[in-house]
Amino acid sequence: MLIQELSRPGRRAFAQAPKDRPLLEGIPAALLRSGAAALPEVSEMQAVRHYTRLSQKNFSIDTQFYPLGSCTMKYNPRACNSLAMLPGLLARHPHAPATHSQGFMACMYELQEMLKDVTGMKSVSLVPAAGAQGEFAGVAMIRAYHDSRGDTARREIIVPDAAHGTNPATAVMCGYTVREIPTLDDGDVDVEALKQALGPQTAGIMLTNPSTVGVFERRITEIARLVHEAGGLLYYDGANLNAILGKVRPGDMGFDVIHMNLHKTFSTPHGGGGPGAGPVGVSQRLIPFLPVPMVGFDGHDYFWLTEKECPQTIGKLSAFAGNAGVLLRAYVYARMLGREGMVRVAEYATLNANYLAKRLADAGFELAYPRRRATHEFIITLKRQAKELGITAMDFAKRLLDHGYHAPTTYFPLLVPECFLVEPTETEAMDALDGFVEAMTKIQSEAENTPEVVKTAPHSLPVRRLDDVRAARELDLRWNQGS
Amino acid sequence: MSNDVPTDLRYTRSHEWVRVDDEGIATIGITDHAQELLGDLVFVELPEVGSELGAGAECAVVESVKAASDVFSPLSGEVVEVNEVLADAPETINQDAYEDGWIFRIRMADPDELDALMDADSYAEHSESDED
Repeated sequence: MLIQELSRPGRRAFAQAPKDRPLLEGIPAALLRSGAAALPEVSEMQAVRHYTRLSQKNFSIDTQFYPLGSCTMKYNPRACNSLAMLPGLLARHPHAPATHSQGFMACMYELQEMLKDVTGMKSVSLVPAAGAQGEFAGVAMIRAYHDSRGDTARREIIVPDAAHGTNPATAVMCGYTVREIPTLDDGDVDVEALKQALGPQTAGIMLTNPSTVGVFERRITEIARLVHEAGGLLYYDGANLNAILGKVRPGDMGFDVIHMNLHKTFSTPHGGGGPGAGPVGVSQRLIPFLPVPMVGFDGHDYFWLTEKECPQTIGKLSAFAGNAGVLLRAYVYARMLGREGMVRVAEYATLNANYLAKRLADAGFELAYPRRRATHEFIITLKRQAKELGITAMDFAKRLLDHGYHAPTTYFPLLVPECFLVEPTETEAMDALDGFVEAMTKIQSEAENTPEVVKTAPHSLPVRRLDDVRAARELDLRWNQGS
Repeated sequence: MSNDVPTDLRYTRSHEWVRVDDEGIATIGITDHAQELLGDLVFVELPEVGSELGAGAECAVVESVKAASDVFSPLSGEVVEVNEVLADAPETINQDAYEDGWIFRIRMADPDELDALMDADSYAEHSESDED
């Protein structure tokens, strides 16, 4: 039910009604509303009940196991949020002078330093406001670097076919053409195809390691050497940083630029399109191009590094310095974990994934890369079930909801047919993983004996199987009175 | 899965089909096997009439709720017609991949390129091996 449907003329929530008419001076008459806005007229209690009910219909990490591969849906410690909301931080105006912002700037400076340390990069800018903007900043820096050397014939970015869709999109946004290279059957990049693709036109390569198929790229140092020899740079997509945190560093692998999804790896609730943070880290040669403002420290005071101090910067990416709230949560999270805690994140994320993969394989499910050790996530393929029983990955996913589990990522990466990409994360206990195996086994048995139950799932949720095809073909987001 | 592969067409490894008429015009679409893998299509991006395509060039996009997939031109030539019906009814490809669901037509620059394409038997074999 929509809140508009609860509306009755004249009903009010006085607690939220402004006392005075707002001042509307200086706004042209043509831009002013003639009648009242068609807002729902409900009481305060109705509004509270409506939105509380909606929130109860959600699947969330606070209520359910949420093994959504590639998304790192792990528990976000409440302390991170509480400390990021300290009044001194919350009330700081973004225009406040540096002299009045030393506490906040100290946190940002230390976060820059900790991220440098854990990734092995030479410098970090916290500015990008999300992963996509971090990617954009990263490739824009690659371009600025080549341009600054007059090396303008480099027009191509190489992207493996297993990459996240944002990688080729970013390359195109930055004015490059995309050259795709294949992935081998064991999940590694096809190095022979890479050699063929490299040349004087190569600006760089975009890689995720561990890759989207959930395995560690074993020939990464060879790849880095080949790309550098051809004059290109290496971009690291930080989507899967959780798997290697504190264990292996992208800087040591030979990457020139990376972005990190702090909202994923460093504790901000995510997945609802809410604020993110996609800081970028760079090797020595890209330092001059980092986006501003960054925080500097002279041993006594913290100060802003702007276009004035960094004349070759790719510039600002938003009005201020990124999403302060997400950065503060990340800072608290990193301080709580410490160096040894970060290693534990990677170890348990990997242990949980391998335990779950093994148990599912023992229960009869087919691993897409059975000869490879999983990293923080792994893929099972349900193509046999689809072929023999007519039960697809989507059917399994929907039926899992009935069992109280958020479904894994389905149909990504596109390389594996009828796939589930499963990422349990480090914060789940063994019981939760065992429960998931039990649910999958039960659905397998239903698929064999009572397939209709699976094909028509979900049965126990507020909505049944949604018609996502019709939703895409006939997009309808507008509420019409009387409709 | 029972995919009838018409014997009068030529095929690519990337699941496009080609039908050639007497005037050197080639009609191109994606195979029934391809639409089945993609699932219900929700959007088709068509090439522009008048554009020159090289053999193997990305020239259209088919998008389903599962995936977006490039369509590659099997032959070089100039686009002379596109199937406008698909803009409003992308499901036509799901319903009738080999007839009403055609995507575009080109005037062939080099008919010899047809020799490099697969016949129905080779394609049927290729699409079956693709499944495993």
